[in-house]
Amino acid sequence: MFVQTHCHSPPLQSASLANKVFIQRDYSEGTVCKFHTKLPSELDSRIEKTLFEDTVKTLNNYYAEAEKIGGHAYLEGCLACITAYLIFLCMETRYEKVLKKISRYIQEQNEKIYAPRGLLITDPIERGMRVIEISIYEDRSSSGSSTSSSTTSSSGR
Amino acid sequence: MKNCEYQQIDPLALGTPASTPTSTQCAKNKSHRPRRKWEVFPGRNRFYCDGRIIVARQCGVLPLTLGLIVVTSVLFFIFDCPFLVTHLTICIPVVAGVLFLFVVITLLQTSFTDPGILPRALPEEVTNTERQIDNSGSVTYRPPPRTKEIIINGEVVKLKYCFTCKMFRPPRTSHCSLCDNCVERFDHHCPWVGNCVGKRNYRFFYTFIVSLSFLTSFILGCVITHLTLRSQGDKGFLQALQESPASVVELVVCFFSIWSTLGLSGFHTYLVASNLTTNEDIKGSWSTKRGEESGNPYSYNGIFRNCCAVLCGPMPPSLIDRRGFLPPDVIPRTVASGSELHPFMAKNDTNMCTQAPKKLLETVAHSSLVHSTCTSATPKTALVTQEFPFNSVSSMLSPSNTTQVPLPAARDNRRSTPWTRPAVREGITQKGMLDAYKYQVS
Repeated sequence: MFVQTHCHSPPLQSASLANKVFIQRDYSEGTVCKFHTKLPSELDSRIEKTLFEDTVKTLNNYYAEAEKIGGHAYLEGCLACITAYLIFLCMETRYEKVLKKISRYIQEQNEKIYAPRGLLITDPIERGMRVIEISIYEDRSSSGSSTSSSTTSSSGR
Repeated sequence: MKNCEYQQIDPLALGTPASTPTSTQCAKNKSHRPRRKWEVFPGRNRFYCDGRIIVARQCGVLPLTLGLIVVTSVLFFIFDCPFLVTHLTICIPVVAGVLFLFVVITLLQTSFTDPGILPRALPEEVTNTERQIDNSGSVTYRPPPRTKEIIINGEVVKLKYCFTCKMFRPPRTSHCSLCDNCVERFDHHCPWVGNCVGKRNYRFFYTFIVSLSFLTSFILGCVITHLTLRSQGDKGFLQALQESPASVVELVVCFFSIWSTLGLSGFHTYLVASNLTTNEDIKGSWSTKRGEESGNPYSYNGIFRNCCAVLCGPMPPSLIDRRGFLPPDVIPRTVASGSELHPFMAKNDTNMCTQAPKKLLETVAHSSLVHSTCTSATPKTALVTQEFPFNSVSSMLSPSNTTQVPLPAARDNRRSTPWTRPAVREGITQKGMLDAYKYQVS
């Protein structure tokens, strides 16, 4: 599809990355994957504290679920040991399943909550599970948008 | 026209998964095959089978380890087993066979698995870390302090700053100088397996040394039994040795190996029961001299629980994503020096993550126009690739970056991961996205 912008296009198209905020890991309970829930000062004016805290707490719960040492983990571990850990080559582990859930959740949060506020959460797995990277975008007024052009669209298929 | 420059790129070329871009701007990319992340990995490792297998650059004495195990076992099967089967039981070669398979498989898994390497910090993260440390607000650059203290389960733990990986190492992480990587739950670098032993392959290593000690003991016992049975009657022990010279080789190898394998198994059993690493034990990080409590904040205070946690705990994922794809014309921004400032402000910032919200915002913008002017508005999903949702190809949105159309970065999708799903899912219409957009220019 080939689309041209209108001269009074919204400032979305000239959004630029302004800053990145990194939510660090919380090691108070050991090496389990957990992030600080405190809203950074850079995001104070961007997003409500409760929304942010909910997001991080949900992520923490997901990671706790993935790393939970319980019956299911023991069963998986014992079965793996008996098979000389060959099942890891053909079976999706519980951790991987939860990582998929986390990825879907982050995608959903970005679409519903963060993108409308000019923010973007990067999945922690992309940063070595060290930080939650939140990109802050600013709209800048486009100086070139004064050129007027009609809006046309045509299907390229 | 500046506003329209990025729109001249045919979105169909970008939207079709794994399709060859057809626009002229992408023509030069045709000759470049998409590279995988292992090809630009900064650590000292070697990769085989297109990134599936990772080993340390110095493989150490892994060939010797493997050779000794295989040769000794083969000699046992050929020269000792026939005699023992006829005189004793067929279970002997069966048990030996199972142990041998266990040993070889776990050895190869220990050697070829990512031990828990931490990817190095990206420049933005480094800048952020330095900014946090520089509390005085001074503009002069000074190196970050070496340690940061945190409290874990009531114990004070110092996190060291790694100048190679440019990050504060998580607890229990150590930098291996041989592999030049920070490894989570670093135990030690084992030359016998030619790899570090860390969080992800410790259970393989433990199973390897335990099964090896069983195998060594078993072969030693069987060889002694074989020679004893042969030397019964008029034959002497020496004659028995002459009749079965291979047994002598096995005897020597097993005798000298058994002390180290049994010793190592016992030592690591103690470590597992205490939830300690070799590194911590050697350094005396959680010395028992302080009192009854070991002071180890990671221990579950129970031998069984510690064993289960270490050996049967969930298998963590590999963080380095060695088989993930790199965009052909984007070089991964690993840390080269500590003086890089505000890279995300640079015009040529090609970090794929920066394109994601532009994609999202552009999608919203276009949807409003398409919806109002075009009855057959094809969803902007055509613009969105099937790669990682917010690493989509959207460099066209950056006015300063209109000439490049990199292929999207993608995680290894061996198991159909969500990173290969379309960024805009079904059910979320473009109008819905527009309605949700309430961001105002400040």
